[in-house]
Amino acid sequence: MAADLRQSQLEHLHSRYVGTIHPDINKYDWLTNQHRDTSASIIGHPPLHSYMALADGESKARVKFELCERMLQPCGPPPEKEED
Amino acid sequence: MAQEAEEIKQLQQARKAATKDKVALGKTGGYDQEIYGGGRKKSDYVRELPMDMDGEREEDGGDSDEEGSSRKANPLDAYSAPQHLLNEFVDDDHDPLAERAKSRQIASRQSDYHLRRFDRDVGSGKVVDPFAQGADGAQGEVGYKEAMRRAEIEREEERVRRLIEAKEKQAQEEAKSGKVDENGKASVAPDATPRIGRKRRWDVVAPDAAGTSTTTATSTETKAQADGWSVDATPRKRRSRWDETPVAGGAAPDETPKRSRWDQTPVIADATNGQTDALPTAVETPYPIDPRNRFMTDEELNTLLPSEGYKIVEPPAEYAPIRTPARKMMATPTPVGGGGFMMQDEASARAMAEDMVPDLPTDIPGVGQLAFFKAEDQTFFKKILNEDDESELSVDEIKERKIMRLLLKIKNGTAPMRKTALRRITDQAREFGAGPLFDKILPLLMERTLEDQERHLLVKVIDRVLYKLDDLVRPYVHRILVVIEPLLIDEDYYARVEGREIISNLSKAAGLAHMISTMRPDIDHVDEYVRNTTARAFSVVASALGIPALLPFLKAVCRSKKSWQARHTGIRIIQQIAIMMGCAVLPHLKNLVDCVEKGLEDDQQKVKTMTALALAALAEAAAPYGIESFENVLKPLWIGIRQHRGKGLAAFLKAIGFIIPLMDSDSTLYFVKEVTPTLIREFQSADEEMKKIVLKVVKQCAATDGVTGQFLKEELLPEYFKNFWVRRMALDRRNYRQVVETTVELAQKTGVTEVVGRIVNELKDESEPFRKMVMETIQKVIASLGSADIDERLEVQLIDGLIYAFQEQTIEDNVMLDGVGTVVNALGMRVKPYLTQIVSTILWRLNNKNAKTRQQAADLTTKLALVIKQCGEDALLSKLGVVLFEQLGEEFPEALASIISAETAIANVVGMTQMNPPIKDLLPRMTPILRNRHEKVQEASINLIGRIADNGSEFVSPKEWMRICFEMLDLLKAHKKAIRRASVNSFGYIARAIGPSDVLQVLLTNLRVSERQSRVCSTIAIAIVAETCGPFTTIPAILNEYRTPELNVRNGCLKALSWVFEYIGEMSKDYVYSVIGCLDDALTDRDHVHRQTAASIVKHLALGTAGLGQEDSMQHLLNLVWPNIFETSPHVINSVFEAIEAMRVALGPGILFQYTLQGIFHPARKVREVYVKMYNTNYLGAQDALVAYYPDLSEFSDERNDYRRHDLYTFI
Repeated sequence: MAADLRQSQLEHLHSRYVGTIHPDINKYDWLTNQHRDTSASIIGHPPLHSYMALADGESKARVKFELCERMLQPCGPPPEKEED
Repeated sequence: MAQEAEEIKQLQQARKAATKDKVALGKTGGYDQEIYGGGRKKSDYVRELPMDMDGEREEDGGDSDEEGSSRKANPLDAYSAPQHLLNEFVDDDHDPLAERAKSRQIASRQSDYHLRRFDRDVGSGKVVDPFAQGADGAQGEVGYKEAMRRAEIEREEERVRRLIEAKEKQAQEEAKSGKVDENGKASVAPDATPRIGRKRRWDVVAPDAAGTSTTTATSTETKAQADGWSVDATPRKRRSRWDETPVAGGAAPDETPKRSRWDQTPVIADATNGQTDALPTAVETPYPIDPRNRFMTDEELNTLLPSEGYKIVEPPAEYAPIRTPARKMMATPTPVGGGGFMMQDEASARAMAEDMVPDLPTDIPGVGQLAFFKAEDQTFFKKILNEDDESELSVDEIKERKIMRLLLKIKNGTAPMRKTALRRITDQAREFGAGPLFDKILPLLMERTLEDQERHLLVKVIDRVLYKLDDLVRPYVHRILVVIEPLLIDEDYYARVEGREIISNLSKAAGLAHMISTMRPDIDHVDEYVRNTTARAFSVVASALGIPALLPFLKAVCRSKKSWQARHTGIRIIQQIAIMMGCAVLPHLKNLVDCVEKGLEDDQQKVKTMTALALAALAEAAAPYGIESFENVLKPLWIGIRQHRGKGLAAFLKAIGFIIPLMDSDSTLYFVKEVTPTLIREFQSADEEMKKIVLKVVKQCAATDGVTGQFLKEELLPEYFKNFWVRRMALDRRNYRQVVETTVELAQKTGVTEVVGRIVNELKDESEPFRKMVMETIQKVIASLGSADIDERLEVQLIDGLIYAFQEQTIEDNVMLDGVGTVVNALGMRVKPYLTQIVSTILWRLNNKNAKTRQQAADLTTKLALVIKQCGEDALLSKLGVVLFEQLGEEFPEALASIISAETAIANVVGMTQMNPPIKDLLPRMTPILRNRHEKVQEASINLIGRIADNGSEFVSPKEWMRICFEMLDLLKAHKKAIRRASVNSFGYIARAIGPSDVLQVLLTNLRVSERQSRVCSTIAIAIVAETCGPFTTIPAILNEYRTPELNVRNGCLKALSWVFEYIGEMSKDYVYSVIGCLDDALTDRDHVHRQTAASIVKHLALGTAGLGQEDSMQHLLNLVWPNIFETSPHVINSVFEAIEAMRVALGPGILFQYTLQGIFHPARKVREVYVKMYNTNYLGAQDALVAYYPDLSEFSDERNDYRRHDLYTFI
């Protein structure tokens, strides 16, 4: 019962907040989230954003666009599912 | 019993009178002469001990006046024992809870109208699901066509029945007028005719409703059924006993009108003699006779009575036994205990015991121990009560039993049983199938003995099951509706909500088309009840599936040419939609109004009335928008009010009343002018309903913008005041409220003077309720509009009236008090000339002998204190203060509380220094009053003391304050929070006044008491002292006290520290190092409460010192808190997690992140779960900040994934 409750609470948390983790998370998912957070953080801090644009020699809009695009699969494709 | 005592006394007196041959004044003469004949020699004795206690009263019709007269006749009654003592042991079997158990049953408290639900045919067969793929009309399934045909047949039956009834009535009338002399005979031979006559007279219902009753009073067989209440489903009016007597009396005028016990017993003995022949009374009785009431057999009588000197007498010629069963029921009431002594043989005793405690199991095989089990359940769940070998049963039977067991668990089981059973029945719903499930659930819901809780649970089952079954329910929609629809008109709000929810889910599962085809036959059902519930169900469907989906259907129904019932129901559906959905009807308003508009010109009056009601509901729901949708109906409505009278007119006026507020202000006045003559005419209506509606319409008209005060003043006010401001209106509570509200609304437009001027003289009316009504109106008007409008003359009249009404009140309540308070406060400086008079009234009433009067006078002082001060009448105030001070010995707690509050109010306005009586006298007087246990007194006195401690502590010696401190400790455990809070605050004030050390000592000592609440409040008080006097005064004392080797004290100290740090906030940075030692100790204690409280100290400390350079000690504390993360007790783990979250603020998320990294990939799942939880809270609190702390894991990259965060390697 308590475990059920905890499970449902956790599910609620996950449905509400992207990026929260669960006890069975794997390396890929965790790191993917970190990458997305990093991109979001850069876009969200204008000085950092400008810094990246300067370093890449691109416009800020381009940098922002690419960061957003990269959020799709920041670390490459997910590991193949093992059949069980 | 007293009744019997009276009777015996009466008899004795009668005897005395008979011997003396004259009757004394105030004594009863000989009576029952016609029974006993003139010679009273033989009947002087009571020949039988009264066995039947209340039977007596029942028999002679329970006439209360009879009782009254005998009471009057017998002055000796005064010496009898009190009634309740006499009756104390009368009825041993009387189960005091039986009534209550019965009242729990839903059916027993519902009205006849609600009980009509039992008339409905649930229908046995499944209904064809036309939308199911490959639906073939399997046998036993009933289709739409079939349903319509059945409705048709029912209507035809009804018509024929009515014809028959009419015919019979006619025949009977003729018979009555023709042969009066046969009446006697008629009463002997129990044929049906006289009963029908009675039915007519008493069970007559409105023609529409009568049509629905399924009484078939044509055969005598039905008559027999009519006794058993469960057999006959006819909705019967409750029959008073008075309706029985006239029938019997009317039928047999020469029958003895009253029957006392004296003649009955011999007769009954006789009856048993010749049981088979003339007197069929005993044989015919269709209900079981209680062993103690049954007739004695010949053998029994032979053994009882001597064989000589007795003979069996013939019954008197004019004697006719009671044979109307209804009367019989009165004559033999259910078990009456203690009537007389009786030897019991073993067998009968056992039989009786079994009779009283039916053998009801609570332990059912395969179910377990139930919470309760009722006799009705036994029949219903018969199949699962005995243990059968399940292997012999078919699959279906096993399934059925499984369902029954689950239902029984849900209905009668304990809470945990119910929970699991409910879950199982939900999970397996599709396996069980809709058929078997509903076959069991629906009949259960139709049980007459159903109680609220059971109904709620069963409805819940349906709800859950519906969700799982989805479209499988289609064949059962109608049956479910029949059972659930009655919930929609239940008195209980929650039942209505449940019903709505089920029907809405049902319509979502079954789909609109299916719902419509299922409910269509009920729309023009003959029974008004069915139509009513169907209309409500349809409105729920509309709200579930959207109004637009239902609109075409509604349009068609509202214009049905076939029957007016269909139109009526259609319009009612729209009314219900409006009531239920409120402003959500707005997008469809035009369409809905279009649907009903034709109804205003219908040829059926009922349809017209319903249309007007529907329009009223729509307008109410749409307010304040949507007038354009009503354009088409305005004309017919306004014309309608000239054409209708009575109920119809009321409905039209109601609609108009709701539409007027929607209009724009330009046109309103025109429409109001149109309706005014009718309104004024109806002012005089005697009909209560009409009065209410008229008042409401006036209120609505007055509230709209376009209606001017000028118009109201000229047209409406004179008639309004003439008709509604009469004493009669004040007598009925609802009328009273309506009149007050309407008048206040009128005053908003016409001004204070206009309204108050008209009614002010009534303040001196002789009827008190009327004075009250005037007072309440004046109070409300002046409270909202102020007193600027009142001229000097009116002012004099007003104050005069106020004082008169206030003085003359006999029932003290808040109306007069608030009225005077409000008016005087509104007048402000202008009351100065009258103050002396008012204050002398108060002073006089303060000495009244009625406690309530004294209390009210004190309350008025509280209200007036400010105004008196404003008027500069300080002398009056000090006089009042002194008188109140003298009244502090008051013994009625409520009055005392008011007096103290009044004293507080005076002290507030004059200030502590000018206060008379001086504070130094007042406060010592309060000390003993603090011991008063009454909540109101406690609250009032603690308020006064707190006020004095805050503003005038210097007037009182420290010793007195200490005394008060001790008294106040008791207040810390008061039930009322306001008292506890006030006393805790007072501790703070007192500590500031006399220095903290003494107060602190008192509070710390109080930590040793056993009461938790007292300790908790002491800790709070300590914290408040710390806040007001500086933490340095208290923290050392607390730390010192912590060394006491006693659990409660140590916990109390920790708790106090926790409050202290919560209150002092940033100041705590200077005390971190001082408390670390104590916290080290507490956080490493074995007692988990120590650790819990210490964790909450850490939390407050961390939050208070965040950013103030205390990271070193915080890190240390975090290390001590951290090992507690695996605690399981909810309170402990909560405060630990809170402490850790506070650490995120104090130390930053990075450090916390490092701590969590230890565990999120731990091999043990339990560990991971806890760490993940902390990771997540940390992540939610500082998502962005964590980016900088994520570890570099690029070494795990492979050809498929690249985990390096390249952006962070960018460098210029």
